[in-house]
Amino acid sequence: MTKPSDFPPPFRAADYVAAPTTPDDELIRVGVLIVGAGPAGLACAIRLGQLLEDAPDVRERLGDVPVAVLEKGRSPGSHLLSGAVVNPRALRRLFKGRKTMDELPFTSRVDHEAVYMLTPKRAIRLPTPPTMRNDGNYVASLSQLGRWLAEEAEQGGAMILPETPATKLLVDGGRVVGVRTGDKGRGRDGSELGNFEPGADVAARVTVLAEGTQGHLTGVALERFGLHGEHPQVWALGVKEVWKVATPLDRVIHTMGWPLRAGAKYREFGGSFVYPMGDDLVTLGMVVGLDYRDVELSVHDLLQELKTHPLIRKILEGGERIAWGAKTIPEGGFVALPRRMHAPGLLLCGDGAGFVNVPALKGIHYAIETGSLAAEAAFSALGRGETSWRPGALESYDAAVRKSFVWKDLKEVRNMRQAFGRGFWVGGAMAGAMSATKGHFPHGDKATERDVDQELVRTDRAASYPAPDGTLTFDKLSSVFLSGNRTRDDEPSHILLHREVPPEVAELWARMCPAQVYEVADDGVAVTPSNCVQCGAITAKGGRLTPPEGGSGPEYTLT
Amino acid sequence: MKIAVCIKQVPEGAKRIDPATRRLDRSGEGALNSFDANAVEEALRLKDAAGEGEVAVVSLGPAKAQDALRKALAMGADRALLVCDEGAAGSDLLATSAVLARALEREDAALVLFGQQSGDGDGAVLAAAVADRLHRPMVSQAAEVTRSDDKLRVKRQTEFGYDVIEVPLPAVVAVSDAINEPRYPSLKGIMGAKSKPQDVVSLADLGVDAGQAGEEGSHTEVLALRDPPARGDSRKLEDDGTAAAQVVDFLVEKRLL
Amino acid sequence: MLVFLEHHGDQLLRGPLGVLSKAAALDGDVAGVVVGTGVRALAEEAGRHGASRVYVADDTPLQAPLPQPRVDVLAQIVRDGGVDAVLFGNSVLAADVAAGLAARLDAGLNWDLVDIARDGGRLVGIRAALQDSVYVEVGWTSEPQLALFRSGAFDPVETGGFAEVVDVPVSLEAFSTEAQMLEQAHEEAEGPSIEEADIVVSGGRGLGGPENFVLVEGLAKALGGAVGATRAVVDAGWYPYSAQVGQTGKTVSPRLYVACGISGAIQHKVGMQSAGVIVAINKDPNAPIFEFADLGVVGDVHQVVPKLTELIEQRKQSGDGG
Repeated sequence: MTKPSDFPPPFRAADYVAAPTTPDDELIRVGVLIVGAGPAGLACAIRLGQLLEDAPDVRERLGDVPVAVLEKGRSPGSHLLSGAVVNPRALRRLFKGRKTMDELPFTSRVDHEAVYMLTPKRAIRLPTPPTMRNDGNYVASLSQLGRWLAEEAEQGGAMILPETPATKLLVDGGRVVGVRTGDKGRGRDGSELGNFEPGADVAARVTVLAEGTQGHLTGVALERFGLHGEHPQVWALGVKEVWKVATPLDRVIHTMGWPLRAGAKYREFGGSFVYPMGDDLVTLGMVVGLDYRDVELSVHDLLQELKTHPLIRKILEGGERIAWGAKTIPEGGFVALPRRMHAPGLLLCGDGAGFVNVPALKGIHYAIETGSLAAEAAFSALGRGETSWRPGALESYDAAVRKSFVWKDLKEVRNMRQAFGRGFWVGGAMAGAMSATKGHFPHGDKATERDVDQELVRTDRAASYPAPDGTLTFDKLSSVFLSGNRTRDDEPSHILLHREVPPEVAELWARMCPAQVYEVADDGVAVTPSNCVQCGAITAKGGRLTPPEGGSGPEYTLT
Repeated sequence: MKIAVCIKQVPEGAKRIDPATRRLDRSGEGALNSFDANAVEEALRLKDAAGEGEVAVVSLGPAKAQDALRKALAMGADRALLVCDEGAAGSDLLATSAVLARALEREDAALVLFGQQSGDGDGAVLAAAVADRLHRPMVSQAAEVTRSDDKLRVKRQTEFGYDVIEVPLPAVVAVSDAINEPRYPSLKGIMGAKSKPQDVVSLADLGVDAGQAGEEGSHTEVLALRDPPARGDSRKLEDDGTAAAQVVDFLVEKRLL
Repeated sequence: MLVFLEHHGDQLLRGPLGVLSKAAALDGDVAGVVVGTGVRALAEEAGRHGASRVYVADDTPLQAPLPQPRVDVLAQIVRDGGVDAVLFGNSVLAADVAAGLAARLDAGLNWDLVDIARDGGRLVGIRAALQDSVYVEVGWTSEPQLALFRSGAFDPVETGGFAEVVDVPVSLEAFSTEAQMLEQAHEEAEGPSIEEADIVVSGGRGLGGPENFVLVEGLAKALGGAVGATRAVVDAGWYPYSAQVGQTGKTVSPRLYVACGISGAIQHKVGMQSAGVIVAINKDPNAPIFEFADLGVVGDVHQVVPKLTELIEQRKQSGDGG
């Protein structure tokens, strides 16, 4: 049977590594360069601001722009999406002595929670698994949190540069010396349009990659510096909506079971979440591992189907959909972490490096913590006479991460996700055992299979997707519209893909993509790149996402 | 030659009217009005062609209109002026043009440029009102502008095609989006924008009387909001060979034929 | 009430004539104003459409259709007394005149109006906002009340009246005559631009291939309209980007929009949803466009469109309409 990995995309990491070409005196220089204005990157920028506040001599030496944060979206928050229930631990540490909890932009505290096993008509309440306890945590919109963190970072002295993707890693003599930013104003065929503006080389003393899931340069760096972990990374795709509701929801809800199928041959791992955001908003989403096999599976349509369940329908009754979005989540956990999180001049943090606790559905506080630790390691390499390229200069980052709660948490739950490769029931039993023994049983690390190596099967799954009614259920195109995506139509395609593929692979991609980028065509697959919301699913399942022109893509505000 | 460009920050994404204030909800993200980007671009081109001069961008708005001003500075404008005053909130065309005219008198530019219209009001009227207050000649819908000494030759786009109009400086010109493709700011430009001069002034600084601005200075008002009328019954028919004839009848009925 | 009338050649334009008819229906005593050279003869047509009086400003400096001299003329008429409102039908010229006049007289101007009514003593305008998704009732807090109506908001109605002609002595500000018309535009040879067109006929993927765009062009020509295209077909190279209607293309609001082989995805809808009348032809009965089309035809565009073009040509030839 066909596998997507039979048709690899025309991607070579080496194409995205280059030596700087700008003459020295024209080069843009910054002190610490952070790629990505998400929770990891902004926490790094905020922590650096705090450290530099007390070290004016170091700050002086970093020049006009001590800390710069590059963001490919239109503004910080535009490309941020999550559930989210946030563990405030890392934020507390970051803002210790400077802010109180109620100054943080959370929408509400988690007071009640429930976990349900769904069947097509019923919802069976289950005891909350220990890994999913959420007391003391807060519901938040990650996009809003990002916007807030960006303001804090700017107040701390960081320069945030939106609409600026980092497309190449600048490496000189085996050391990361900065990044090259993306061109603007190219036509579909790559030609330079009238207002063409080439990207620029940005040199930095330390480069921190905080690009989030499927980070472009993170992937390039893992290749270039041989940093891959012992097991390959795997991902899940989450598609979510935000609704204005008539009746406030009083609890944080997680579900498993329907509409996913338990049989091992389908490999459908995941579930849904429904969170209240204050009294008048509810956010809900469907998250499914991309190791699924069925050609007809569509996470967006599963979300639409989920909404027809009596439990969910009731929550949304009288309401109105006001936001939609999609993003992947790294799910490999501990065994998929890079074997080293730094290289000369380079640090990796957040989702990009894979710091996500799948059984607890948490990654934001790890992003903030690792971003903060990266700042501390970078700072230590900025002292007089120091460079970040001296062997061992950034070693303190790895050491700090290994000593942190991030490492401890992830180690404890390692293998849980991989266990579910054996099907829901076996996986559930194994996960239970792992929880009970805090990760000591079963022994040995389970092998992780790549998403792209899964053999495809075909069932009649699409037959039960609801036809969009425009009130409760919606089609993909109107959802892409709601995400605020207004990408220029004649941009060059940013998706690397093998075009001549058999129909089942084309259909796999067409259904997989929540934004209707792919379509089955006569000779393989057709691509409409301007629909892309940069979720990253294609990279997990046979293609390669690279950053398009800066400012393109969704403009999330509530996700 | 000094060129002043009037710009506006408009709400981004889906726009909505706040039923409480009956005004456009400007609380979300904003962006430089796309037609104003054309105006900034044209100013920069005229400056480049002349090999000298200064481009100042002027805006009347709340504090966050600085974002739009900074975008213009990143593109290459030299200076920014923001007129920011609570008393100017809720200004209609009359009040807005009064405040802007005063700010522009202070700037004393040889050429004042506007974008043809704004994405949030679509009026295509501001330039003419300001020009009258400044007692300056005005051309709108400019699809091409060329300068020779103290005169401008403007191609104006109308319903009937293109007029060619000559106007001496000082003048006011509103540019259409057909005039150029605005440049993307370079990274250096974006980073350098912060350190370019940016002034913020109040109505008092401009010598504008409170009664001339804001709701007091406006002579129009919003009375109520309504749902638009329903489109009416929509008809659907299957073609059995006569569909074309039925469409003709329909068009005649609607007085479109 | 005073209505600003425009002309092209020796005919009054439909739009402002429609405004005149509306004003006459609202208010018995309505005056029109014509400005230009050799325009006295236009007063008769104004009278037939409801003007009881027509102010004529006829002088050489007024020959070119430039706005600022017209502001001077109108300001003078208003200052001479008896005008509580000045109404305009939208055009490039009218918008500039209305705005300049507002500044000159310190008067309120409401624009993009689709209707107007009298509520007691005052006028209330209806403005279509946010791509016609909401209607706003607007008013004036001083006189004169300036109103700029959307192009084609009202149809001209002949009431067969007779207007008294009043010649207005012309006195222009120095700055009003500084702009000089070097070359004046004539009627566009290739048909209206898509944004200005009263009628737009668009083609989408349902056409099947670029070679079938001739069907769309044929219908557009027969109707005297412009040709539009969806993002999908522009992407595929079937038609140029300048014709693209939609979220990332142009927004149009013609009186008639004919969608041929277009599914009606929201990215396209937002570019044309405020069209007066929408006719859709598509062979898929479930296409979203049928939800907001005024007349939907479930059929084959390759059959229906050429037939429709033929019938319209026949009507034109036999002089039945058009």
